Amino acid sequence: MSREEIDTVAGAAAALEAGALSSRELVTERLAAIDRDPALNAFITVTAERALAAADAADRRRRDGEATALTGVPIALKDIFCTRDVRTTAGSRILQDWIAPYDATVTERLDAAGAVSLGKTNMDEFAMGSSGENSHFGATLNPWDRTRVPGGSSSGSAAAIAAGLVPGAIGTDTGGSIRQPAAFCGLTGLKPTYGRVSRWGMIAFASSLDQAGPLGHSAEDVALLLDAIAGFDPRDSTSVDRPAERYADACGMAVTPFTVGIPEHLFEALSPALAGVIDEARAVLEGLGVRCVPMRLDHASSGVAAYYVIAPAEASTNLSRFDGVRFGHRCEAPTSIDDLYARTRAEGFGAEVKRRILTGTYALSVGYYEAYYRRAQRVRRLIRDEFLAAFGSVDAILTPTTPTPAFPLGDKTDDPVAMYLQDVFTIPANLAGIPGLSMPAGRVEGLPVGVQLLGTHFAERTLIALAAAFQRETDHHLQRPAGAGS
Amino acid sequence: MHIDAAAMHRLAALARIALGDGESEQLTLELDAILALVDDIQSVDVEGVEPLAHPIEIAQRLREDVVTEPDQREAFQASAPAVEKGLYLVPRVVE
Repeated sequence: MSREEIDTVAGAAAALEAGALSSRELVTERLAAIDRDPALNAFITVTAERALAAADAADRRRRDGEATALTGVPIALKDIFCTRDVRTTAGSRILQDWIAPYDATVTERLDAAGAVSLGKTNMDEFAMGSSGENSHFGATLNPWDRTRVPGGSSSGSAAAIAAGLVPGAIGTDTGGSIRQPAAFCGLTGLKPTYGRVSRWGMIAFASSLDQAGPLGHSAEDVALLLDAIAGFDPRDSTSVDRPAERYADACGMAVTPFTVGIPEHLFEALSPALAGVIDEARAVLEGLGVRCVPMRLDHASSGVAAYYVIAPAEASTNLSRFDGVRFGHRCEAPTSIDDLYARTRAEGFGAEVKRRILTGTYALSVGYYEAYYRRAQRVRRLIRDEFLAAFGSVDAILTPTTPTPAFPLGDKTDDPVAMYLQDVFTIPANLAGIPGLSMPAGRVEGLPVGVQLLGTHFAERTLIALAAAFQRETDHHLQRPAGAGS
Repeated sequence: MHIDAAAMHRLAALARIALGDGESEQLTLELDAILALVDDIQSVDVEGVEPLAHPIEIAQRLREDVVTEPDQREAFQASAPAVEKGLYLVPRVVE
């Protein structure tokens, strides 16, 4: 059995189904690969014993004829999903030893589907970052070039898959945190429609923007994972009460009826190499019989500005719960309750989290609330309504995922605004609540780059169908960095 | 909009984050740059546009008024920094 055959979710599932190997063998081998590569720093916590026990349980289920699509398939969870008995840190010092008393809905659903979690992946602290460098547990490296960032904030989830340590993983995406690392690591990543995957037990950053979703090598892999985690959850008040669709089935859907809009005016400033990648992707889609048409999105370019008001405002509110009283880090010898709060938070939060809390505090404070927070929400409506109107005439929109390929470690750590602009193409989807999928589409400077497909609310099947068709015609998603999986 | 040292001091107090002197100066510069970025929204014509708080506008669901959560105080307090007799301990608040 070659590595290439089992380094995908679909491949591992097929090998297990065929009896070519057991889940215990597969999990044992992957745990050993994680152990051999500590420098990658893709995991905050590896849960080897639990994984082996879960693998044995999966093997028993299979012997008993009770296996389902993901039974025995190794996966990894971003360390933002609560896991009973295993610490959940959100990449932060303030939660470095915190053990949740319950499982997140995403954790529960993957367990129920028989997937075997190998551990909790590294991430930018509280999902705030676009490089993976804002983790209390150190930066994750990009398996394609270890001097570069893997993207963020789902840095460890992306790096672990690209390095061949695990076939698929779950991340979260508030402004691009699944799609941007997927692009930087040569993977397929899907941010579902807001409300499609439960946020219950997922540590909150910006509650009106946060959405969990899968990363994998291919459209089929992310569809298989989405099938396991999507669906209504009464415990999440913003979960949408609408039956989940069958996503893996969409991989075989005909794409000839689809029209894809390309808002070229948004990416005129791109490098010629990246513009060439878009042109090639368009040509592939046209070759598949998809109609590609020019279009305009006049409000999307205000997305970054509106986002960096709304997301920090929500973060400043959400993160007020980390006060050194009920859970997490507490400073030594506090002299008063205010001293306890202020020093606990000063010690527990990293620089980017402090920046965002302070920005959000500013945007919500008396005198600035109307000019910043309320105004940003008005811009948000313009952006969302413009997308929804556009989807009256196109089925999907094609853009680059990122303005550049993966940048060197340390390149943007001193310039928060430059880091924020990484997400210029991904942020509008979060503001609009629409699904977005990034898929590998070529190389620039030898590094993988991605293109993004956006669809209207609950159009995940359209995006998966287009990406799967694209991947039948191309081999970008089959490329692996040197040494992957070894 | 420009942030000065006094404004940063006020924000840090509101956010309950203790800042060292050097840290405060650095954050003042960074917040200024961030505000320059977000000030782009000031040039968008939003006349007559209602604010949008949530991308999917759905009504809050109602449920039966019955108890669904069991008492898990011990489980929740297991990860607290300091508890006694089921209470969270903090420095004296009332003299």
